[in-house]
Amino acid sequence: MSTEDIRQVILEILERIAPDEDLTDLKDDVPFRDQMELDSMDFLDIVMELRKMYRVQIPEEDYENLVTMDKTVSYLLPILKDVNSPA
Amino acid sequence: MRYDTIIIGAGLSGLAAGIRLAYFDKSVCILERHTTIGGLNSFYRLRGRNHDVGLHAVTNYAKPGTKKGPLSKLLRQLRLRWDDFALCPQIGSSIAFPGHTLNFTNEFEYFQQQVSEVFPEQKDNFAKLVKAIEQHDALDLEREKVSGRKVVSSYISDPLLVEMLFCPLMFYGSATAHDMDFSQFVIMFNSIFREGFGRPYQGIRLLLKKLVKQFRSFGGELKLRSGVQSIREKDGKAIGVVLDDGTVLEADNVLSSAGSIETFNLCQQKNELVKKYQPGEITYVETIFSLDCLPSELDHHKTIVFYNDQPDFRYENPVLPADVKSGIICSPNNFDYDEPLEEGRIRITALANTDYWMNLSEEKYLEEKKNWCEKIIDSAVRYIPDFRDHILDTDMFTPRTIKKFTGHLNGCVYGAPDKFVNGKTHLKNLYLCGTDQGFLGIIGSMLSGISISNAYLMD
Repeated sequence: MSTEDIRQVILEILERIAPDEDLTDLKDDVPFRDQMELDSMDFLDIVMELRKMYRVQIPEEDYENLVTMDKTVSYLLPILKDVNSPA
Repeated sequence: MRYDTIIIGAGLSGLAAGIRLAYFDKSVCILERHTTIGGLNSFYRLRGRNHDVGLHAVTNYAKPGTKKGPLSKLLRQLRLRWDDFALCPQIGSSIAFPGHTLNFTNEFEYFQQQVSEVFPEQKDNFAKLVKAIEQHDALDLEREKVSGRKVVSSYISDPLLVEMLFCPLMFYGSATAHDMDFSQFVIMFNSIFREGFGRPYQGIRLLLKKLVKQFRSFGGELKLRSGVQSIREKDGKAIGVVLDDGTVLEADNVLSSAGSIETFNLCQQKNELVKKYQPGEITYVETIFSLDCLPSELDHHKTIVFYNDQPDFRYENPVLPADVKSGIICSPNNFDYDEPLEEGRIRITALANTDYWMNLSEEKYLEEKKNWCEKIIDSAVRYIPDFRDHILDTDMFTPRTIKKFTGHLNGCVYGAPDKFVNGKTHLKNLYLCGTDQGFLGIIGSMLSGISISNAYLMD
């Protein structure tokens, strides 16, 4: 998957977690926590959604890499490199 | 059939747990003994009218767009939108004690102002209490229990105000008589005074309908009329259940919302376990009146009135069949709906003596229901306009009714005094959620099911 594919995947996950949230103006370099008030339960859900979709395990010590969109995408890029782009 | 998790009870906590597990691809089956869902917060139809049981109001109200707080957390966890619960805010409620009334709405500033007006000399003390509440981490589960009354009285020097603050908080969620743990006080204070009350136009039915729909859409299985007669065990581990009809179902985990002692009664070691724990003793009778007009047409606009006709508030299992000194008057009509509900309703709830109602003969039971219904209404009309000439239909439930339909011992709506906050039991793979896990209220009960699922059942 490309950077853009992964960004799209994360956006869709965020949309499922917070369907009331308008994500059109989401800033990629600002923490999700500050923009959407995501808490630890929500971060855990991002991890579980990824596990559900791609069978990837993200260890707890790596959660700090999921702070912003930019950081999440660069963290996931090597992990998901062999996964096909979503149709 | 073998499941990842079997959930006992299709109430709010069981359904919410089921949604989480089904969403994350676990095979999950919810078993409910009753013919319908809901448990302690359910509904029924009688003589052509729809009624709610349990829910007076959803506490923890939050406006659409709110990103923080228990309601937003819950909606995210369940993958629901704010509109799915469509909570309409309360009009306004009150706490009525002799010579003093405190009004409150969903605007906390208004309540602070009320306290300053009614108890001017307590204004600064109350501000200090509010600050202490803000700084208290009520979800720190390792903290020692402390008497809520002691802590609150260390800030508020007028005992009447202390009683008036405790009254709605205990009525809406204390499993213990007289006092509650300070953390529990903080949770209830925030959920009632800070966040406030709301109700969907269609009442509890709407919430339950949304939960079941979500659960099924994620592949969950729900079996009604499927009571569990025992939990199967092997080497100290729960491995499934046996249904009332003898059907055996296997599961890697069992999550029970039946109550702590109620669940232990399903286990092999029941005799030893049951001796270790006390069942709850706080329970209620509720009278439900259908009116020929809206309460507002009788000039009654309050959503909930918590009343007590003594200076001190006695929250306990009363000596008499019902305690008419205090009570809760709920008017489901008095929420800010887009259009009025079809029919006027008044519900009055009073503390009840559980043994008395359980032990009556059927004939005497009906007679006593009638008798106490009148006493309760006589007491309540001291606090709201007299609606007695407008009653079209009356129904009443007692601890006996609650026991019959939910299986909860003594008909206790808030369960046993000792909570199992981490959800663990004596058996591996058997967990508790719901009332006896300890997160109370409509939102709290769903968060209970979610928390225990997240903690143990996702791997």
